[in-house]
Amino acid sequence: MDTEILARIQFAFTIAFHYIYPPLSIGIGLIMVIMEGMYLKTGHKHYEVLTRFWLKIFAITFGIGVATGIIMEFEFGTNWAVYSRYVGDIFGSALAAEGLFAFGLESAFLGVLLFGWNRVSPKVHFISTIGVFLGSMFSAVWIVVANSWQQTPAGYHIVGEGFNARAEVTDFWAMVFNPSSLDRIMHVWQGAILAGSFLVLSVHAYYLLKGRYIEISKKAFKIALGIATIVSLTQLISGHSSADGVAVNQPAKLAAMEGHYEKSAAADLYLFGWVNNETQEVTGVKLPGGLSFLVHQDFNAPITGLNAFRKADRPGQVNAVFQFYHIMISIGMFLIGLTLYASFLWWRGTLFNKKWLLKVFAFSVLLPQIANQVGWFAAEMGRQPWIVYGHLRTSEGFSQAVSSNQILFSLILFLVVYAILFVLFIYSVNKKIKNGPFDEAKNPDSFLKRV
Amino acid sequence: METFLGLDYPTLWFLVVGLLFSGYAILEGFDYGAGSWHLFFKKDLSRRIAINAIGPLWDANQVWLVIGGGALFAGFPVMYATMLSSMYIPFMLFLMLLVLRSSAIKFRSAEKMLWWRKTWDIVYFTSNILISFLLGVVLANLLQGLQIGENLTYTGGLFFSFLNPYAIMVGLTTVFLFMMQGAIFLLLKTEGRLHARLTFLLKKSMIFFIISFAATSLYTLVFLLGVTDKFKEYPAFFVIPILAFLAVANVPRLVSKKKYGQALIFSSLTMAFLLMLVAFQLYPVLLPSTINPAYSITIYNAASSQKSLGIMLIIVCLGAPLLAFYFAFLYRTFKGLVQLDDTSY
Ligand code: HDD
Ligand code: HEM
Ligand code: HEM
Repeated sequence: MDTEILARIQFAFTIAFHYIYPPLSIGIGLIMVIMEGMYLKTGHKHYEVLTRFWLKIFAITFGIGVATGIIMEFEFGTNWAVYSRYVGDIFGSALAAEGLFAFGLESAFLGVLLFGWNRVSPKVHFISTIGVFLGSMFSAVWIVVANSWQQTPAGYHIVGEGFNARAEVTDFWAMVFNPSSLDRIMHVWQGAILAGSFLVLSVHAYYLLKGRYIEISKKAFKIALGIATIVSLTQLISGHSSADGVAVNQPAKLAAMEGHYEKSAAADLYLFGWVNNETQEVTGVKLPGGLSFLVHQDFNAPITGLNAFRKADRPGQVNAVFQFYHIMISIGMFLIGLTLYASFLWWRGTLFNKKWLLKVFAFSVLLPQIANQVGWFAAEMGRQPWIVYGHLRTSEGFSQAVSSNQILFSLILFLVVYAILFVLFIYSVNKKIKNGPFDEAKNPDSFLKRV
Repeated sequence: METFLGLDYPTLWFLVVGLLFSGYAILEGFDYGAGSWHLFFKKDLSRRIAINAIGPLWDANQVWLVIGGGALFAGFPVMYATMLSSMYIPFMLFLMLLVLRSSAIKFRSAEKMLWWRKTWDIVYFTSNILISFLLGVVLANLLQGLQIGENLTYTGGLFFSFLNPYAIMVGLTTVFLFMMQGAIFLLLKTEGRLHARLTFLLKKSMIFFIISFAATSLYTLVFLLGVTDKFKEYPAFFVIPILAFLAVANVPRLVSKKKYGQALIFSSLTMAFLLMLVAFQLYPVLLPSTINPAYSITIYNAASSQKSLGIMLIIVCLGAPLLAFYFAFLYRTFKGLVQLDDTSY
């Protein structure tokens, strides 16, 4: 295989793996802030047991997130040297700011969060929890800004030619608030919060099903359900807003997402379907003119299709983009239905009576994870063949000095190490869950004295 | 070119990057160093204490690598790209070892089984030593220069060319230097038998460090071209090696007087002076080309635009005090001897 393909596989694999953990940390972080806040406010020790319990799981997701994130930071240079030179002037400041403002905050307070229970006052501990949570939110900001810039460049000019060409900042704020940043930050944050809150929902649904830790599980479940319900709905809004942006800034991507080929015609909205890139046909269930309506509020408005672009300027894997995009949306819709229904039952006071519903929640932890992954895959594959949209091609971005054998070597290394890491992650989280907040609950009084 | 305090922006950024990597070397120096002693402690309790001595700190210390890497990318994208892609294999190994090391810290004490702990102990020990070694190797290759061709890209060998005699020497010196730093740090954090054993180990190890340090310095002077030229040009800078030498010599003295806090400061200063020496040697070059000096990567042909550097200098001015505050808070919270409790690793 050639260097480019291997570099792409390696990047996709390592970032997809990294992206399992940060969303969990961000989401659990928010829920921990609420739990510990409730504890400080009410003094109720259930909340404190919950905080302690979720902190243990948080420690695991956070740890793996950091370890795999450092790899990402250096992989730009090792595998995408040409691209790094091209975007360094722009990305650099985002990455440096991320390090200073986000990772510094996060990692320093993490020590206090994890090991400081016996050393600082409850208030200071709570502040540390907030610090870590805010740090993790900021971490997402800068990296998504960088990625959004490469999707929809703004605030820059191109200097130099050929090999020495690169983008330089002309307007910092235009660069930061490029056309897709805000939508995507919101969308990514909310995706992360969904990932975390569904883990909490799942674990406590499991306890309720097993009849263990009933009291605290009901409390935790309600906290997470409240968040999940609101955020599932707002996720639809930010997703729609993202799609509107894609229609303006990356029409080829939008066309690929719905398998729309005709140069300029009303476009349909598919519930599901299958795209044949050869015959340019889509088979599936559709709402005729639906995409036109979503974008222009008019069922007959024309939408630019893939054939309006040269073959070399549009994504090749249309069906993959289509499928990933539709999986995300189906999951989004399902989560909205699920959480609204559960909230309705909550309001009626019968939330915990339906075993099947708890079972659904116990398994639904996977859904936001899948949506997060396929969302990124759709966004990144829909951006092809560009690595910097409209300026630099992916086929021009990889390191010239690196051979395919070297990448094969590192890829195999990654596969082995990450497989071990994943097994350890599942094993230790599973063990922690099976064990339950037992250690924390066993001796809450002695625990209370110290907090 | 715009300047500030008489220094142009690339030079200022060179100082920022240098400072960040010095911070990384000093802080992670004692983390990696402490880990490089791991198998020298026999009892499980001692090993746990040693891990928990860095327990709340290592994650934060590691941020210096993250910020340093970001700063290099930001300020000198060409250097970042060329250095990482030309030393692909050592960097990939380094990264992978970092992952293994943090897994070992997290998972080692999570189970009671003997085989489990033993396995992780070995992983932890070897990854710490190899990480220190690879850092030295990379540094040595930067000092020697690489086969950088036209267009500032690498044209040399791909797999093992980074392992040359000089690189191995500097790698070993780094391991010993970090081990010294780590042992002093652990002395500050422990008491009783473990403390006594560390005192013994440290005394032994300082000899190794001083021998390898002397050998490496000699090799550098004799074999690396042009190292002395800079001093002929700027004799005043001769104070740096002298200070480095004095700092090194001061460490054993303070250790034998049991002034471990001060010893840690002087062993940290040693690293700082040595890195300053490297920076002074190279400036304004970042990565010398062994093909043609004209192809070398310098802070000028590698730098980001003036505008970008200006923005980032503002970011640093805003961020540095915050970072200092976080670190002060963290280190104050965890000062004193290690106390194991139910939150420990
Ligand atoms: C700031 C930069 C950045 C960020 C935040 C992300 N990516 Fe990305 N991604 C890239 C920068 C990038 C890249 C370096 O630009 C790649 C390498 C090749 C390419 O075309 O773009 C890429 C490629 C790439 C590919 C391969 C696409 C292809 O080759 O067809 C996938 C599947 C992903 N990424 C997935 C993700 C996921 C799951 C992310 C969520 C965390 C993510 N990316 C965040
Ligand atoms: C290619 C892109 C990425 C790079 C280079 C990268 C880099 C990093 C680095 C270096 C760390 C470790 C920092 C430390 O030592 O504390 C890290 C952790 C983290 N990253 Fe990423 N990252 C990327 C993608 C993302 C994305 C897309 C998100 C979120 C939307 C994200 C969110 C986080 C968070 C929250 C952490 C803290 C650890 C955790 O919570 O798991 N990262 N990342
Ligand atoms: C509810 C309906 C949803 C719609 C209409 C929607 C829409 C979109 C669109 C248009 C993009 C591409 C943006 C771009 O390429 O610039 C996107 C990306 C993404 N989506 Fe969704 N989405 C929905 C639900 C979800 C859910 C439920 C999750 C996760 C829990 C999610 C996670 C993501 C992620 C992580 C990305 C990649 C980052 C980005 O480009 O913003 N989405 N979404």
